[in-house]
Amino acid sequence: MAGVIAVLEQRDGVLKRVSHEALTAARSLADALGGEAHALIMGPAGMDAGEVGTYGAEKAFVTADDALTLYQADHYAHIAAGRVQAGDYAAVIVPATALGKDLAPRIAAKLACPLASDVTSVTHDGAIVVTRPVYAGKANYTLKITAQPCVISLRPNAVMPAEAKRDAALEQVPAAGGDKAATARTLAVKQPERAAQDVAEASVVVAGGRGLKDAESFKLIEDLAEAVGGAVGASRAVVDAGWRSHAEQVGQTGKVVSPNLYFAIGISGAIQHLAGIRTAKTIVAINKDPDAPIFKVADYGIVGDLFAIVPRLTEEINRAKEG
Amino acid sequence: MKIAVCIKRVPDSEARIKVGADGKSIDESGVKFVLNPYDEYAVEEALRLKEAAGAGDVVVVCVGPEAAQETIRTALAMGADTGVLLRANAVGLDPLPVAQALAAELKDGGYDLVLCGKMAIDDSSHSVGPMVAELLGLPCVSAATHLEIADGAGKAEREVEGGVEVVEFALPAVITADKGLNEPRYPALRGIMMAKKKPLETKDAALEAGDIEVVNLTPPAERKAGRIVGEGPDAVPALVEALRNEAKVL
Ligand SMILES: Cc1cc2nc3c(=O)[nH]c(=O)nc-3n(C[C@H](O)[C@H](O)[C@H](O)COP(=O)(O)OP(=O)(O)OC[C@H]3O[C@@H](n4cnc5c(N)ncnc54)[C@H](O)[C@@H]3O)c2cc1C
Ligand SMILES: Nc1ncnc2c1ncn2[C@@H]1O[C@H](COP(=O)(O)O)[C@@H](O)[C@H]1O
Repeated sequence: MAGVIAVLEQRDGVLKRVSHEALTAARSLADALGGEAHALIMGPAGMDAGEVGTYGAEKAFVTADDALTLYQADHYAHIAAGRVQAGDYAAVIVPATALGKDLAPRIAAKLACPLASDVTSVTHDGAIVVTRPVYAGKANYTLKITAQPCVISLRPNAVMPAEAKRDAALEQVPAAGGDKAATARTLAVKQPERAAQDVAEASVVVAGGRGLKDAESFKLIEDLAEAVGGAVGASRAVVDAGWRSHAEQVGQTGKVVSPNLYFAIGISGAIQHLAGIRTAKTIVAINKDPDAPIFKVADYGIVGDLFAIVPRLTEEINRAKEG
Repeated sequence: MKIAVCIKRVPDSEARIKVGADGKSIDESGVKFVLNPYDEYAVEEALRLKEAAGAGDVVVVCVGPEAAQETIRTALAMGADTGVLLRANAVGLDPLPVAQALAAELKDGGYDLVLCGKMAIDDSSHSVGPMVAELLGLPCVSAATHLEIADGAGKAEREVEGGVEVVEFALPAVITADKGLNEPRYPALRGIMMAKKKPLETKDAALEAGDIEVVNLTPPAERKAGRIVGEGPDAVPALVEALRNEAKVL
């Protein structure tokens, strides 16, 4: 039977959480198909691929080469498409991260096969069926993919990683393979001064809006984010004002996030902002305006002055952690 | 410099989206359609590159219905030189056929650069640009927030989780535009007048059906009504309690 292959993502040689999610989705789809779940890992020499068996892969192909430490689009796509062609796969699952959103269409184009991007579920019902939010989350498509193989990119945090122990056989595959000279080359990844969690991947996001009044007040948001171990997010209004970087913007023209817990603080809840948080599991709103639209989607709200509420909340959470 | 910009006609970001009677597509009545916001960045970048070079040709290409002529005119009003509409009444959910139609149109055009948006805000697929690049065998940087072109080569930056990737490439290349790349201009009245006289070629797109079928389109699950825990800082303990013991997220 045809199987499923997950193309995993690492950073500094360590698999990211989104890779565990892709493996989990691959395992459950492979079970439905009656096939095997495999993994492909590309990254630096000496990286550790051991944990793939934990999430249910029977086999992992490992291409560990220092030329692949950073994402090199042409090289990665060449290796991945070649691997899919060398096996018998019904589906290729890629995390829908910055890397995966770039890689998935390249693989699909090389294989001339269908692609479903940024899906929130993958099932099997005679054919592979996926759901994907469209129109900035204002509607969801349920789609049936009618050709094999197909490529699917999986939205971060949409699938909970589930352990399913297998003795994964690791097969080292050299990076050579094809002599296509890379036509684009990633030279470096510039890191921000303060290494921060990414809003799109974090399981807790503390987002602030224009209600903060100025850039300095974002210290309140940063402190709360630190207390809850979360990432800082921002509305477009504050990004446009230059208070925060675009990397933190949540919403239609920013990032779509699906954290377990989302704090919207001093954010009104404009439709374009809500587009980015529709799949958040729990939303907390803090706003002085009881009629702010954010309260219509929030699970919990506090009405009042954020400058009084947020420090108290940070304090309370820090205390709860200690007790 | 000869630059192609791929543009799509999409519902306005403010549009209320209702599911149509077929249960598989949106009800288009009353929906305002616009040039995809990310494609505005792409058009703007093309115009700036042309202006910086002092000469050049900016061609916008769109796969879409007859009504997309209006979308093309918007790009022409911004300053693009000519437009091509590859007419297709229905564009499906599989991005490959659209990429194939665009690649076929661009292949022998002698373009130095192909610009796309990072994604279309309707299907949010984020795919067509890199696919076109693969089909044409060109280098590609997707979701670029910064672009420099000089002497037949370029350097672009793209935001990734926790950093900014710096990518170097040779021309011709495909670049997809993210917010932050530039600030798109508004078409001036003169531009709008001139756009009416600019060449716009319309031909039928030979669009394959693709291998993705729509089962249904549904509104998102309503979030169940939440509750106001209280007012002011005194409500904080109740919130923390609810987050810990009810939602179990702390
Ligand atoms: C094409 C397009 C794309 C867009 N994309 C995005 C996007 O990706 N993300 C996004 O966020 N927006 C986006 N927007 C912008 C969006 O429409 C809103 O303008 C924006 O989200 C507003 O940001 P805000 O909530 O921070 O500010 P405001 O709407 O000004 O809200 C500030 C809130 O703070 C509250 N407040 C003020 N003072 C206090 C206080 N002391 N204590 C408590 N509360 C207080 C106010 O009651 C108010 O509700 C987009 C718009 C367009 C047209
Ligand atoms: N029908 C289309 N016609 C022309 N360009 C398109 C079309 N669909 C997508 N594109 C281009 O590809 C980008 C990404 O779209 P998508 O992959 O659909 O999210 C868009 O911003 C456009 O630049």
